[in-house]
Amino acid sequence: MAVKLPIYMDNHATTPVDPRVLEAMLPYFTQQFGNAASRNHVFGWTAEEAVENARAQIARLINASPKEIVFTSGATESDNLALKGVAEMYREKGNHIITQVTEHKAVLDTCKRLEKYGYQVTYLPVDREGRVDPDDVRRAITPKTILISIMYANNEIGVIQPIEEIGRIAKEHGVLFHVDGVQAVGKIPVDVQKDGIDLLSISAHKIYGPKGVGALYVRRKNPRVQLAAVIDGGGHERGMRSGTLNVPGIVGLGKACEICQQEMPTESERLRALRDRLKDGILSRLDEVYINGSMKYRLPNNLNLSFAYVEGESLLMGINDVAVSSGSACTSATLEPSYVLKALGVGEDLAHTSIRFGLGRFNTEEEVDYVIERVVETVNRLRELSPLYELAKEGVDLSKMSWKAE
Amino acid sequence: MPYSDKVIDHYKNPRNVGSLPKDDPNVGTGLVGAPECGDVMKLQIKVNPVTQVIEDAKFKTFGCGSAIASSSLATEWVKGKTIEEALKIKNTDIVRELSLPPVKIHCSVLAEDAIKAAIHDWKSKQQAAQVAAAASEAAAPNAGD
Repeated sequence: MAVKLPIYMDNHATTPVDPRVLEAMLPYFTQQFGNAASRNHVFGWTAEEAVENARAQIARLINASPKEIVFTSGATESDNLALKGVAEMYREKGNHIITQVTEHKAVLDTCKRLEKYGYQVTYLPVDREGRVDPDDVRRAITPKTILISIMYANNEIGVIQPIEEIGRIAKEHGVLFHVDGVQAVGKIPVDVQKDGIDLLSISAHKIYGPKGVGALYVRRKNPRVQLAAVIDGGGHERGMRSGTLNVPGIVGLGKACEICQQEMPTESERLRALRDRLKDGILSRLDEVYINGSMKYRLPNNLNLSFAYVEGESLLMGINDVAVSSGSACTSATLEPSYVLKALGVGEDLAHTSIRFGLGRFNTEEEVDYVIERVVETVNRLRELSPLYELAKEGVDLSKMSWKAE
Repeated sequence: MPYSDKVIDHYKNPRNVGSLPKDDPNVGTGLVGAPECGDVMKLQIKVNPVTQVIEDAKFKTFGCGSAIASSSLATEWVKGKTIEEALKIKNTDIVRELSLPPVKIHCSVLAEDAIKAAIHDWKSKQQAAQVAAAASEAAAPNAGD
């Protein structure tokens, strides 16, 4: 088989930089290296032009105006800026924020901090498919609500939220709507007008751009969103985010967005077909494999499976020439299993057996076929090692057993 | 997560995978851990009733590479030891042998628990057998006539 090992299938964690993106960035390191804020010479003007060009490329991808793009160090910072920036600026109006339980930690941890400062946060539940109910959002709104923050698509299970409906509800009630768009932008159509989005977080390194740069879309019309800056010092980005712009990074982000826009229709279909091939290949050869999250409302390149009776980290070890990730506690530094799977109602035992596959631009059909073989072979081997599989085959109902846990 | 060569070796070539007959009077079975914790170990020993030497040991584990390696190593170590010697095996010995990082120390603790649970089970079976033997002797005092 002509596959190059190791195979990378963890594109929700990060992506390789597209060679075209790298090529666009390089001149800005050593030749056009000016500070975009240097107003008085050609080095600065060239850098500024590159930055403005990138703003336009990003804006086109999401149907916004270039003036509405603020550059940051990445989506974590964008999420922080959106939440803290709105919280501080609209404090007189209210102190209530609505979000949901499967958000990225960049949103959840920021909300926890805001709670310490006296804000109230409602964390809406999700259903077994991983989706928020727009009616729950509506019911949670109070006269003190200043922000709703719901991610477009989840990083672990790829599930897509009903953003357009929630956007409509937010508008009806005059509440600002922030969307963490990290996993969706560039992969599926995201339109801030159609979806009623007021703030949108974007990450470069999830869409074949470099690490260390991202953007926050901040609406200027209907309504004009105002943000208190989190980082002060110089007033860059219309006072919303001070600091010398990462020009090469920004050029990369812009180019990455442009490529995504051009290639999205064909790429998303190609990835969907590969993902389905992977899913069908595994499910047809193994029993007791469960899909976590809705297949209907899902990113085309994501697959998250639980392999009963086989612990996730041992499975990763067995397919060690394939890079994927797991929701098992053993793979996390804190020994806690995935909170996203828990929110879906996936039992902790199955959470420990979960594997996330994130297909990307550079994955091939041969790689998918290789991965199917390795996964099937490793699961079978580990099931032979598993006392749970043995008990299940004997007809024991594991859920009724009492365990002497340590 | 970087694994030590020994952990990788045990994972790729686990020693003594399998099962012993649970109902054999000379077999002790330890089942420790819980699926919700992501770690379950079953360790079985076959003990010579006269010499109290562990003649065979088998394991099955649901858990990460370090858990599999810890329990595989445990079966290797108990074989050939007496019950009393096996009780002396400490989780810290396992940590040292496998170079387990701090976050994986609990796997070695579970393996030590599994050894002790198997021995405990064997001992209970021996006691139960003795009680049963004594009871049947008492019930049939003329059996030896």
